[in-house]
Amino acid sequence: MSKKRALLFTIALIFLMTIFAVSMVQAATGESSPANPGGSDSGLVWWAWPIILFVVTFALGILAVLGGVGGAVLYTPIIGGFFPFGMDFVRGAGLLVALAGSLAAGPGLLKRGFADLRLAIPVALIASTAAIGGAMVGLALSDAIIQTSMGIAILAIVVVMFLARKSEYPDVQKADKLSSVLRISGIYHEPTSGKDIDWKIHRTIHGLVLFVGIGFMAGMFGLGAGWANVPVLNLVMGAPLKISVATSKFLLATTDTSAAWMYMNAGDVIPMIVVPSIVGIMLGSLMGVRILEKTKPSAVRVLVLVMLSFAGLRALLKGLGIWK
Amino acid sequence: MEGKANTPVSSPGASEEQKRYAAVLGAMMKIGFVLLVITFILYLAGVPKPHVPVGDVSRLWGLKGEKYLEAIGVEKGWSWMGRLGEGDFLNFAPIALLASITALCYLTIIPIFIKKKDMVYVVLASLEIVILVLAASGVIPSGGH
Repeated sequence: MSKKRALLFTIALIFLMTIFAVSMVQAATGESSPANPGGSDSGLVWWAWPIILFVVTFALGILAVLGGVGGAVLYTPIIGGFFPFGMDFVRGAGLLVALAGSLAAGPGLLKRGFADLRLAIPVALIASTAAIGGAMVGLALSDAIIQTSMGIAILAIVVVMFLARKSEYPDVQKADKLSSVLRISGIYHEPTSGKDIDWKIHRTIHGLVLFVGIGFMAGMFGLGAGWANVPVLNLVMGAPLKISVATSKFLLATTDTSAAWMYMNAGDVIPMIVVPSIVGIMLGSLMGVRILEKTKPSAVRVLVLVMLSFAGLRALLKGLGIWK
Repeated sequence: MEGKANTPVSSPGASEEQKRYAAVLGAMMKIGFVLLVITFILYLAGVPKPHVPVGDVSRLWGLKGEKYLEAIGVEKGWSWMGRLGEGDFLNFAPIALLASITALCYLTIIPIFIKKKDMVYVVLASLEIVILVLAASGVIPSGGH
């Protein structure tokens, strides 16, 4: 076992053992609440939920990497649909999960020149401002409306992910005026081909307008925004795929930070939900990167789309009161 | 799009501001994650005593945020700052740190943009800090049910 793998395993084990040990002590001293042991008539003891949450988010972290999506787009509908937590807390945690993943990936992506700061800054400004609006609307709506609209949004995301084609090096004949003024262009080194790739973008205004909607949805549903960032940066604005994926991952930290603060200030952050989720999804992502070397991503992508469809349907039916 | 062969293996795209941003982000992020795990383990161990006993959280985590705050007798916004001596609220310190890193990173790159006389990006980066500070400040109404 390599040192890194041993460290991952140890952290995960300590985490699980701590939760388990505390729950045992509580059970022995009778400190927990027998009247409602699982929190929403679940029939489970309370401490089972953080452990299950940790295990599920660990698995989601692996799947997110293999499926090429951000963690939050899987996290929010799945945890919101199948766990006894209020949607406010799930969305708050979803934003923090996306934020944490972006923070962790950011330094490497920036240093290698894959994430581009000049491209990210104007986009992030638009998206983070819109995310505040989305959070304000989302926090003012009932759980049923949020579940219903999120279900519809997730099913639409599945369609977008299924239909959107990616272009490794989009053909941008000429940079547009705005991107020229902002000097959004660059060169990055592509290790697989050993070449330096010159890139520039076009349709900047179209892209920025779309980021208003992306930011709004991120704040409203706590979904992160990677699922939409990449197609807009790549297909609309013409950034190379690698730059789009990396810049998308990097700018989630800005977009989701503004919305995450809104949820924090509204009291929608519970450490018992947030911390196992962040630790689980990050350890899972690290594991996913290792598994990625040995798997066919296309097969996993189908699995992710099926899971998203199921979670979207579940959210829709739960919101409509059909599947409680 | 143009590919040029036989070029150096270094990363031509990483500008001075990107390197500065990455360095600050990398350091702060590691501190934030370590503190997050430590404070959570302390919370589970009951050190210091939490405001809501860990076994009681499950009675509350199905509520709306506002009802939850009402039930535990805590106000919205930054009131958690005054409760850092309680195990559950102690966890908010690293969470807030993680949520503050982006603004701090932006702050550290503004001098580079000024040095380069890149005033458009000075303005954009400053505006981003204003947006993040506004969101963090709690002055923007965050919904009511």
